[in-house]
Amino acid sequence: MKQRAIAIGIFWVILLTVLTLRAPGFFAGGNLRDMALSNAPALLVAVGMTLVILMGEIDVSVGSQFAVATVVAGLAAKSGLPLGLTVLVTAIAGALLGSLNGALIIGLRVPSIVATLAAMAFWRELLRWTTGGAWIQGLPASFQWMGLSQAGGEIVIFAATALIFGFFAWAMRNLRAGRGIYAIGSASEAARLAGIPVAGLSFSVFALLGALTGLAAALNAMRFSEVQPNAGAGLELKAISAVVIGGASISGGRGNLWGTLLGAAVLAVIAPSLTFLGINAFWEKAIQGGIILGAIVLERAAAGKRSARAH
Amino acid sequence: MLLTAAGIEKRYGGVRALKHVSFDLQPGEVHALIGENGAGKSTLIKVLTGAVQPDAGTVELEGHAVLNNSPSVSRALGIAAIYQQPQTFPDLSVAENIALVNEPGGLTRKVDWKARREQAKKLLAEIGSDIDPDREAGTLSMPEQQIVEIAKALGSNLKVLILDEPTASLTDRETDQLFRVIRQLRERGTGLIYISHRLEELGQIADRVTVLRDGETIETRPAAGTDSRTLIRLMAGRDLSAVFPKRVVPIGAPVLEVRGLCCEEAGITEISFDVRAGEIFGIAGLVGAGRTQLAETLFGLTPADGGTVRVAGTEVHTKNPREAIAAGIAYVPEDRRSNGVVGELPVRANTTMAVLDRISSMGMLDYGAERELADKWVQALSVKTDGIDAPVGSLSGGNQQKVSIARWIATEPKVLILDEPTQGIDVGAKSECHKIMCDLAEKGLAIVMISSELPEILGMSDRIAVMSKGRMHGILDRADATSEIILEMALGAKA
Repeated sequence: MKQRAIAIGIFWVILLTVLTLRAPGFFAGGNLRDMALSNAPALLVAVGMTLVILMGEIDVSVGSQFAVATVVAGLAAKSGLPLGLTVLVTAIAGALLGSLNGALIIGLRVPSIVATLAAMAFWRELLRWTTGGAWIQGLPASFQWMGLSQAGGEIVIFAATALIFGFFAWAMRNLRAGRGIYAIGSASEAARLAGIPVAGLSFSVFALLGALTGLAAALNAMRFSEVQPNAGAGLELKAISAVVIGGASISGGRGNLWGTLLGAAVLAVIAPSLTFLGINAFWEKAIQGGIILGAIVLERAAAGKRSARAH
Repeated sequence: MLLTAAGIEKRYGGVRALKHVSFDLQPGEVHALIGENGAGKSTLIKVLTGAVQPDAGTVELEGHAVLNNSPSVSRALGIAAIYQQPQTFPDLSVAENIALVNEPGGLTRKVDWKARREQAKKLLAEIGSDIDPDREAGTLSMPEQQIVEIAKALGSNLKVLILDEPTASLTDRETDQLFRVIRQLRERGTGLIYISHRLEELGQIADRVTVLRDGETIETRPAAGTDSRTLIRLMAGRDLSAVFPKRVVPIGAPVLEVRGLCCEEAGITEISFDVRAGEIFGIAGLVGAGRTQLAETLFGLTPADGGTVRVAGTEVHTKNPREAIAAGIAYVPEDRRSNGVVGELPVRANTTMAVLDRISSMGMLDYGAERELADKWVQALSVKTDGIDAPVGSLSGGNQQKVSIARWIATEPKVLILDEPTQGIDVGAKSECHKIMCDLAEKGLAIVMISSELPEILGMSDRIAVMSKGRMHGILDRADATSEIILEMALGAKA
């Protein structure tokens, strides 16, 4: 795990060094800030995704959840709801969508990949149908940047993201629930026998991912003066990639949030660095895919070594 | 001689599963192979079918040594095995199941459906069956599926057929149906190896009987004129060479009182027994007798639907593990790898997994308290580890088992249920686990020990209950128990 983090860190530093030499403009303050700002919501989703993956599950519907939550945020803001309430309503909407996944997966024992794949298609299409693809415009001034200056709004978004990330990084180590998530992902039957409330905890993690996705959608929506219903396209890929690149085992039980942070940082840099290095942006997904594949192969190889040692 | 196995040796880690075993089979013979759990029957079958490689010894078929044996080699030579649970593909038709291993050609050949169906019909007819080749295998009854498997084996030049407890879940009528097929195969000159716990059947169907015990061939004799009692004596008789660190400790008041416990889901009926403080209560029985199911019911995994359970005088109704833990019941499950330790987590986290509430307040873990608790139990049970932060997966099997036990003692239970506590661990670790059990009993714990190893049951228990078919058939005092009596009760033989 540690070696892995170091390897990713080195890769990241090399990428940044190349950028420094080839495209010094990359490090212009504004560019870095934009990059961080547009990736902060994805990091929040990746935090929730880390928990889901640590449990040995997956949720591919976060992109669609994000889109639904974005529209909810837009409608709530437009209806004149106060800012705090708008954020709360959006987070709750996300939590409901996550709970629905949780109910299917834990209650009806639908495999998570199937349940969330269905949810992904369902919410996306439902949204397309109801909104007709129309943007929600004319949001109140008190919504964009929370009614602050752009700089002020940005600071709030950064602070919220950092606070939430920090809390979960702490919680996974220091809360009983965190220990429970690791135990479930590693050996769920053993966890159940040890009296860990496996079903309740698993359900809560899906709901939590939904809530974080809703919150991310609200923070993201505040950056613009209008809301588009196709937001969050490809977010599931980004979030899952960040977790996997961060060294978490896709079969659960291994990984941590600091790895996810590194993974998200690597992913955040790839797209803009291609632009700066003059490489066709079509390569972005291919490179992203290559890194994910590499990360999984590394993880499997390490797992193979571990199980060889145990025998 | 059709098949000869000579001087077969097989070791699994530190355990010698087969010790110089010899076995032979003539054409047209039904040769029964019997022995208690762990006697080495399954391992011998695996050697014959090539599923495992023996460490020493030879297998000869029709006078030719079988070299580089593997499941596909043995099948090609005409050795087939049929197990208690048929291995048919439920979603494929009978004809497809039969064709699967028999039709020549690669993956890209064109299927001749008509020929496939006719071939299936022909093979089934050979053993007097008229099962429709177009039926899905999943819709067939258990013996019908066995017949399909026999037909499948017939299609590939069957010489030796191994039947591993084929009648265990058959009704009497179905058994007769299977016996008819067996007799037809015998006429054909096929050699049959027949494994069964139903000793009373052997007189009807077997020509010779070989008894295995502790991985050794004890005796081969004609089945005619050998009664169940003799067979049981041969299966059980052993010099109790293994020394158990059993200590006599004062026995106190009843701690666990079970009365008329029933659970339909678990398949256990009307179970009553007491376990007193300081007592080790052994539960013996064959695999599938309902011993683990009883433990799971007591632990709340399959809540009981009748009867009462009292722990230290208080009636408890456990509906899940948490309630059981709170009631003072701890359960060290069998199958350490999937139910016991959590390999990815450190020794420390594994030790405290069932007592997270004691090392946390308001949901927050107290790492100091955790280390203290883990250190205490790791030392008390002398777990050999690179420290409490080492992942449990890096420990040896015996030490993993100790961590698993530590987790449950850490709950400070009144009743400790151990399910196959020393399965698959080496002799030294076994003895240490036994010593730990005695120490715990001395401290006044009521211990329930489920074990398939008769020496362990006899050596460690103060009293012994024998289960079969989900019922408890009697409780023996340590002084009265012998392996013969236990086996008789476990097999349900009226000797």
